[in-house]
Amino acid sequence: MSEERSGASILVESLVAQGVEFVFGYPGGAVLPIYDALFGDARIRHILVRHEAGAAHAAEGYARSTGKPGVVLVTSGPGATNAVTGIADAFMDSIPLVVITGQVPTGLIGSDAFQEADTVGITRHCTKHNYLVKDPSELAAIVDEAFQIATTGRPGPVVIDIPKDVQIALASWTAGPPQRPIRYNPPTTGASRDIARAIELLANAKAPIFYTGGGVINSGPRAAELLRELQEKTGAPLTSTLMGLGAFPADHPDWLGMLGMHGTYEANMAMNRADLIVAIGARFDDRVTGRLDAFSPHSTKIHIDIDRASINKTVPVDLPILGDCALVLEQLIEAWGSRKAQDLTEWKARIDGWRARKSLAYPVNKHAIMPQLAIERLFELTRAKDPIIATEVGQHQMWAAQYFHFFGPNKWLTSGGLGTMGYGLPAAIGAQLGNPDSLVIDIAGDASIQMNIQELGTATQFRLPVKVFVLNNEWMGMVRQWQELTYESRYSESYSDSLPDFVKLAEAYGWKGIRIESEADLDAGIQAMIDHPGPVIVDCLVAKEANCFPMIPSGAAHTDMILYGDEVAGTMDDAAKALV
Amino acid sequence: MMKIKHEASERHVLTITVDNEAGILAKIAGLFTARGYNIDSLTVADITENHSVSRITIVTHGPPAVIDQIHAQLDRLVPVHKVVDLTEAGPHVERELALVKVAGTGDARVEALRLADVFRAKVVDTTTSSFVFELTGTPDKIDRFVSLMRELGLVEVGRTGVVGMMRGAEAA
Repeated sequence: MSEERSGASILVESLVAQGVEFVFGYPGGAVLPIYDALFGDARIRHILVRHEAGAAHAAEGYARSTGKPGVVLVTSGPGATNAVTGIADAFMDSIPLVVITGQVPTGLIGSDAFQEADTVGITRHCTKHNYLVKDPSELAAIVDEAFQIATTGRPGPVVIDIPKDVQIALASWTAGPPQRPIRYNPPTTGASRDIARAIELLANAKAPIFYTGGGVINSGPRAAELLRELQEKTGAPLTSTLMGLGAFPADHPDWLGMLGMHGTYEANMAMNRADLIVAIGARFDDRVTGRLDAFSPHSTKIHIDIDRASINKTVPVDLPILGDCALVLEQLIEAWGSRKAQDLTEWKARIDGWRARKSLAYPVNKHAIMPQLAIERLFELTRAKDPIIATEVGQHQMWAAQYFHFFGPNKWLTSGGLGTMGYGLPAAIGAQLGNPDSLVIDIAGDASIQMNIQELGTATQFRLPVKVFVLNNEWMGMVRQWQELTYESRYSESYSDSLPDFVKLAEAYGWKGIRIESEADLDAGIQAMIDHPGPVIVDCLVAKEANCFPMIPSGAAHTDMILYGDEVAGTMDDAAKALV
Repeated sequence: MMKIKHEASERHVLTITVDNEAGILAKIAGLFTARGYNIDSLTVADITENHSVSRITIVTHGPPAVIDQIHAQLDRLVPVHKVVDLTEAGPHVERELALVKVAGTGDARVEALRLADVFRAKVVDTTTSSFVFELTGTPDKIDRFVSLMRELGLVEVGRTGVVGMMRGAEAA
């Protein structure tokens, strides 16, 4: 039965039909009709953020930790432009978001009206798809398609820009389940000939390695189980990108740790010396490959990915398999059948030799807490609670990736591709909403946490017991580290001057604040944070000039890692400096 | 000292079938800019009775790996139905239309008209001291015609850019 409804009402009904629990948003003039339609509607809970970037990151944290799409609602103009960073972040890291933006009425579009911005134009290249809705009768179908596009294939953000008059105007609407549009059909399973060839290569490799990424997480928890199964059948060691952490349990003997710029020595050496790389849901990012012409020179490369455009983008591969990670893993396991794994003893002995370098070792410091130690203790003391960890961006993020360990998917929320400082706190808020019983911790740095610090208020308002663990070294640590390594320690603007008192700041927002100043207080401080039922900021004062190693410097190969204790030159040539 | 390096590139003609929706041209043109690809020419026109589908022809150049990326990046845009790399796919025809205005009197004018005849260009406008020629052909042929006219009083050139199609009975 069809009835007349306003665009705003059709939008709300469509969101409900999609199973949306939370909308992260901020009201404003051009979305007032939608906010009015949400008013008193108990089916959707609106989470009021303090800045639209926070809304987008919170939706990302919700999506990454639950596997469901995150929904954002912001007004036109500055509402939309503020959300752009989070949209771009979700685009780079393949996070499913549906972002609804208000727009000035259709008659005013293009007239430089108050709070007008060309949202569709601005977000064109940082969304998987976007829409400007010109008639409320199109809305239901657009919302349905938007959710399908955001969540299937390689996931990503979709923007729906709705002019204010379209929110108010009436159109006929029929209740019913979401319609599945037909024009978007990403690949699902791999071609059987390719699967057979992959098994052939896997069965005959003497030095194989799995290199897995965020695609395994995006493919759902089943993909992580299947990955473990395939690894067990083949016995090949496994490394993961930053985005893929958690897909494979970190206590497994064949786990090599993260690879890439701040990856372990054994992971990078194994990639370099492998005769077969099986890339699964990973995209050969520059942070992973290091110098391209020296990247894994002797290996045959299989690349399993759902995105055709990720194949051969930076590294040419021998066997691309287009499909969803879980489905392709299932095909591979089936095709492997009852084969026996190769004897990889020799390969693993070589890997053990690289492990023996203990690349994650760091110096003892009698006077200050080493940040690595702080993360190790945080990990040990929270491990039993299987926490969800969000991070900001910088040294603390890499230390968290190196010294915190993950045993399942959807527990690790970080901004990998875009590298967005300010991601962690709102992401933790979104994750806490989606996982009300989990311990959710944002591991932060003193500089990053200030980028979306206003979201402390959001956690207070919604009674979210998120924890923020600040590794405070009074520097933009990663910037300072690069300046030390490449610009002869000219620390241009990287000192965090005029830091707030984080304990008082916590208290001002109704949070608990804890300061940890010495190693002797470390465990007690962390325990007090865990035990407190509400939100907590821990201001953990750490060694100020600790560097994040191992490190592959810009323009270097996997085999040229800097480890602790290595002499580090104070400058680099221009070609190396020019790399990001 | 660091210098920017340039790679050898090849020319490719791509045809793209897209949903005829607002912003699609900006999306495609912008994709080329954002990812640093080249556009030598771009044509677009609605090709269906109900105006729902357009066909875009893009001439681009780049190293083979970049051409492959262009193809893949275009393919993953939601409104894009099909991308065909005519250069890769095999024998195909390419045509472009040009309007060429030439002004002059006396021998130059006679010579322009004679050459136009050789090139099978049509006169679509004339005054006692000028012609507008309409010429269809491969981009090369048009280049040659225009360069000849340059010596005979060329005033203005308008070109449509290339449209292309596979030879044979099948749709690409």
